[in-house]
Amino acid sequence: MAKIFALLHTESDGSLPKAARETLAAAVNLAAQTGGALTVGVLGAGAAAAADAVAGCGAAAFITVGDHAVAHPRYATDAAAATALVQAAGAEIVLAPNTSRFARCLPGAAHRVGAQIDTHIVAVGGEGGAVHAQRWFYRQRILGSFSRTARPWMLLVDGGVCPAWQGPAGTANAQEVPVAFTAEDQRTTVKGVQAPAADAQTIRPDAVLLFVAGAGWTKKQKDGQAHIGDAGVLIQGFLRSAKASLGSSKSLVDIQSEGQETLSFMSHMNQVGQTGSTPRHAKGLATCCHGEEPHAVGWRFINERRAVNLDPNCGWAQGKADVVYVADAFEVITKVNALLNA
Amino acid sequence: MTNGFQIVVCGSLVPDPLQTLEPVTTPQGPGLKNETMLPSVLDPWAAHALFEAANLAKQIAGSKVWLVSLGPKAKLQQLMMTVAQKAPFELVAIDGSASGFTDAHGVAAALADAIGAIPGLDKSRLLLFGGCASASRDASVTLQLVGERLGIRDQFVGVDEIKVQADGSFSILERIEGGQYLSSTCQAAPAVLAWATGNLPEPPNNPQIGMANMRGVMPALQKAKPAAVGVGGIAYEKTEIPAQKRQTRIVKDATADEIAREIVEWIRS
Repeated sequence: MAKIFALLHTESDGSLPKAARETLAAAVNLAAQTGGALTVGVLGAGAAAAADAVAGCGAAAFITVGDHAVAHPRYATDAAAATALVQAAGAEIVLAPNTSRFARCLPGAAHRVGAQIDTHIVAVGGEGGAVHAQRWFYRQRILGSFSRTARPWMLLVDGGVCPAWQGPAGTANAQEVPVAFTAEDQRTTVKGVQAPAADAQTIRPDAVLLFVAGAGWTKKQKDGQAHIGDAGVLIQGFLRSAKASLGSSKSLVDIQSEGQETLSFMSHMNQVGQTGSTPRHAKGLATCCHGEEPHAVGWRFINERRAVNLDPNCGWAQGKADVVYVADAFEVITKVNALLNA
Repeated sequence: MTNGFQIVVCGSLVPDPLQTLEPVTTPQGPGLKNETMLPSVLDPWAAHALFEAANLAKQIAGSKVWLVSLGPKAKLQQLMMTVAQKAPFELVAIDGSASGFTDAHGVAAALADAIGAIPGLDKSRLLLFGGCASASRDASVTLQLVGERLGIRDQFVGVDEIKVQADGSFSILERIEGGQYLSSTCQAAPAVLAWATGNLPEPPNNPQIGMANMRGVMPALQKAKPAAVGVGGIAYEKTEIPAQKRQTRIVKDATADEIAREIVEWIRS
């Protein structure tokens, strides 16, 4: 019987992030498919209370590391805590959310426990003792299905792959696993989180719509002049009205780093594609963006896609978008904003 | 900061992102059709790491940059013709597969062995740089595994900024969820920094830097040790490009008003 271990972490306020509950759902499913025994481990601030919050998941045991040393994400202490938890669970298959915190520390923990590790898992299933997984290679271009026979095997599950686990809270009677943190583990001091300015636009995973601005917004328009200020007003107006998330093509943010005038609220944090993010949104609207493959690979998980572009032969028209409007984005978005605000 | 940093950048080649990639099965496991013929570029995130390393070395006197690169020797030689003009570095070449289907654990072992063998490397001054992922394997684990193998316990992933203080400590900004940064300080090297994009533009080609680098590149390529990296413990069952071509409707002759109405209806549906 496989020993399945769902390794989760809390947020700084002690709650479990959505990604953790999604991973827990995947682990519950996997335990049912393989007939395995499920253990849940939680590390971070308020770990015991977080274990209580998922006490109804059917796990045979709950273990935690809630030491002050893991109150904030830090490689050395997180890796030490994760190592202790995996060892205490005697885990063979470890499922963990592919959050920034675990993406940082679990490869190191895997090395310490002699485990194999795979990340960005988009599907996991099993039967008997066999576990199979899927992930993308070459930046969402090639989908690979694979397995490993070595144990332990850690799988970091991407967000949005499973519905979040929902069930009754209770008393988990979680066992705290002691970890001997050393001074060497605490050479790094976490100062805190820098949130973007309240009026800054970033990629927001909770938004239904992704709005992508391409470099065309900064180019000369019909009158032979660039209208970057107008572009900024239009884009920000659209984002407010449509409650959309803001993405960018690489070429647009590169313009800024090269010192040319561009949209001041845009940075590499907005970049979607080969060297940017691969956000998950129900809808995506690309404007003044050519839809070249390095950008379009970042749209892998955007369900409905539309684009506004002056070029009827742009990349979006080559089977990458559902609808391409051959039109001037300045004119269209002006009208769209007026309708959204009417 | 009296002696400067020793900055080792791990970075290899990936297919030019504009190329069409088609998976094929080879005796060694999955591969790409015409893989040896595909034009290559330095992995984009590793390139950011290299530019940030060069910038840091320029600021901190006594610092030096190495580029440790695992790939087929002939392709590395081609790659260096362009990369070597961008930033000063000493190349450490490892001859092996740069396929995205290789196992990160084996790759990490080969990289760690090569770094450990760099003559005169002082771990107390070591900053291990690389991309936070590659555009081929996209595993986001290799650099952390290398760091563990080298015994480095301060690691940062998704880095966009490093600021070094006079005492050798440094502050780091790492990308986390929700467009936020995690701000940390580290007392001193050694540390692992897996870079996101950073904030630097791609440097222009500098023929003088290129000439200086190339003096070391050819000997490094000749000395490149073979590394038996492969799929390792991964049993691939299938690699495929899922059908994703959409039936695109192209709206050519509509007015801005008509298009706007349709877009708003779609947004609200």
